Amino acid sequence: MKRFAVLFSLLLFSSIAHAQDASSVAGKPNESAANTEDARMKALEEQVRSLAGEVALLHKELKELRETRSPAEISGPEVLLASAHPEPGMVSSPPAPQAAQTQTFGGASGNAKLLNPDISLIGDFIGTAGRNTVSPSRSLELHESEIGVQAIIDPYARADAFISFGETGVNVEEGYVTFTSLPAGLLLKVGKMRAAFGKVNTIHNHALPFIDRPLATNNLVGGEDGIDDAGISLSRFLPAPKDWFLEGTAQVFRGDSADVFQASRRQDVSAVGHLRAYRDLSESTNLDLGVSYARGHNNAGVGTAFIPSNFLTNLYGGDATLRWKPLRRAIYHSFLFRTELFWSARDQVSTASLFQTQHAFGMYSSAEYRVNRRWTVGGRFDRSGHATDSRLTDSGFSGILTYWPSEFSQIRGQYRFGHLATSPTDFSNANEFLFQFLFVMGAHGAHPF
Amino acid sequence: MSLLMTKTHLTAIASSLALVFALLFPVTGSADSKIRVMTATTDLASLAQEIGGDKVDVESVARGYQDPHFVDPKPSFLLKLSKAELLIVVGLELEIGWLPPLITQSSNPRIQVGAPGYFDASRFAKILEIPTGQVTRAEGDVHPLGNPHYWLDPDNGLRIAKGIQNKLSEMRPNDAAYFAQRYESFEQRLKQADQQWQTQMKPYAGRKVVTYHRSWPNFSEHFGLNVVGYVEPRPGIPPSPQHTVELIGQMKRDGVKIIMVEPYFDLKTPNSIARETGAQVVVLMPSVGGEKEITDYFKLFDYDIAKLKKAFDETH
Repeated sequence: MKRFAVLFSLLLFSSIAHAQDASSVAGKPNESAANTEDARMKALEEQVRSLAGEVALLHKELKELRETRSPAEISGPEVLLASAHPEPGMVSSPPAPQAAQTQTFGGASGNAKLLNPDISLIGDFIGTAGRNTVSPSRSLELHESEIGVQAIIDPYARADAFISFGETGVNVEEGYVTFTSLPAGLLLKVGKMRAAFGKVNTIHNHALPFIDRPLATNNLVGGEDGIDDAGISLSRFLPAPKDWFLEGTAQVFRGDSADVFQASRRQDVSAVGHLRAYRDLSESTNLDLGVSYARGHNNAGVGTAFIPSNFLTNLYGGDATLRWKPLRRAIYHSFLFRTELFWSARDQVSTASLFQTQHAFGMYSSAEYRVNRRWTVGGRFDRSGHATDSRLTDSGFSGILTYWPSEFSQIRGQYRFGHLATSPTDFSNANEFLFQFLFVMGAHGAHPF
Repeated sequence: MSLLMTKTHLTAIASSLALVFALLFPVTGSADSKIRVMTATTDLASLAQEIGGDKVDVESVARGYQDPHFVDPKPSFLLKLSKAELLIVVGLELEIGWLPPLITQSSNPRIQVGAPGYFDASRFAKILEIPTGQVTRAEGDVHPLGNPHYWLDPDNGLRIAKGIQNKLSEMRPNDAAYFAQRYESFEQRLKQADQQWQTQMKPYAGRKVVTYHRSWPNFSEHFGLNVVGYVEPRPGIPPSPQHTVELIGQMKRDGVKIIMVEPYFDLKTPNSIARETGAQVVVLMPSVGGEKEITDYFKLFDYDIAKLKKAFDETH
């Protein structure tokens, strides 16, 4: 017990002694220490003041940023936020209003998108009414929702992917990389893509000037998907006479495209060639001409006594487009006339089990006129034989009216008449009304030309 | 002997390869030749010409009287772009509907986005109307990166010119002094001209005006105009009857007497608004080449300010 008392008193003593020691230090009238303290206080005050100045500056900048109204004084082209460089000397004296720079140089492009690709979704809703016994379509359908993802890959390439969600499944409509920095002016595309066979084959559904595709496309060139396959494409500008633009494209595909081409062996690749000639007739009028050729294997020999790879389909195409668009009134008036011709030569087995080649011809002509900023009227004439039976020829015409609430949505109606062959002697008439709602979300894609 | 043959063969192969390469990659951009410059718009072409003088060949894709949002990417531009060493663009997504395919299809590595020959002028300019908060197309065709009509402020013209001077000097270091001297001369002349323009516009400072599209925020800020409304209900959306009625009411209340319209818009709605309100429709040129007499960046402001001044005087 005594020991505890001693220990306690010792502890008490030592703590008192320590406290006295501390107070004696604090209470010592040491001048130099007081000076240090003063200086510290001043420094702190200074710091508080400078911080207050900085806060005021930031407030001001924020306010100005919101109003996006800032004075025009600058000291260099790349001046950013003053507060981005908080030099001590700069913030201690609050700058004059003119010097308060806001981040208005160069817009927001530096940080708005970071590395995200451009993403868009295009919804395509189609309704059909009327009578068509040959190729009826559904009354109402969200025909396609196409997601587009586009980005620059690296300094040498860009990539574009279009994935379409239809009512029956998902399809990579296109997905390719484009190498933009090749020597000798070559442009290389690798991936799955719509082949450069004519005009309408290269155009996505939502960018067409009609709701459906021409009869010739359906009968001869693979229908809605057309020639759309995995492959490699190489194109280049060619030497041309003055004022003409010539471009040649050569493409090799795996050889599987809808019902046009089918490869049964690895070497059954298909090839597509396209030559485009363009000329400005005047500032507002231009002429665009093209010839195309496609060759690939078809499925006619599969399951027969013949060797399947001996069955070829050769397609020849010609296209002509005349455009008129007065530059001063480009958003109000324009006119486009287009004709495409297709010839198909398809090897197949005849009813008498003989090897034969069916020759069919198809064409369409379409015209569209922009009446004002919101309305476009158009028409199309169709005529096409059947690739598999040259005795059958369909014909038809359409009238089209389009309304654009804005650049990002479109409402279209189309009356379609079809005189469709059901046998060499019989025809069925189709009278239909189609309507379509298109809407675009996200990135602002380029308009096709 | 066989070794000798191989050597001869090798030499033959090497020299033919060299020949092929020489044909494929012709030497371009020698120090004496002019720099081939393509620009998206005529204003940028004019600025590039001011700085480049006779050391550059400049051409614009869009014409001055054309809506720069809607330009057809014609193949005829591809040939010119394929030969360009420098491409100057407005940026801020103004050309998003037509320039990207032209750049890709030009197969010209020099002017691809991010390449040394790709020059985005907006990086050097003071940008207004950068949206804060959520951006949706309920507000129309808004430019999420800010208003791209920034060249209509002479101060921005000067900033872009400085950027062009640096770029050209980088491309042709031997001519750096020439470009510097051209810039100095341009700066001096522009500042002098700007003083005159400011003096001419001073009596009308703070005047309320209505414009068709949002093309004039930089111009209005620089020359002290007060834009209180737009003929378009939202950017890129055609005029609607309801909005027009509201605008007429607002113009009457605020005493607005001037409707500024770009040359590529229809005058029907502006004219009917003018009839209702006693205002005057003034077709101003947003770009060089909008009228034949507007041959350069200086004449652009000369033209617009003269027209505005006349309209202000007549409606007062």
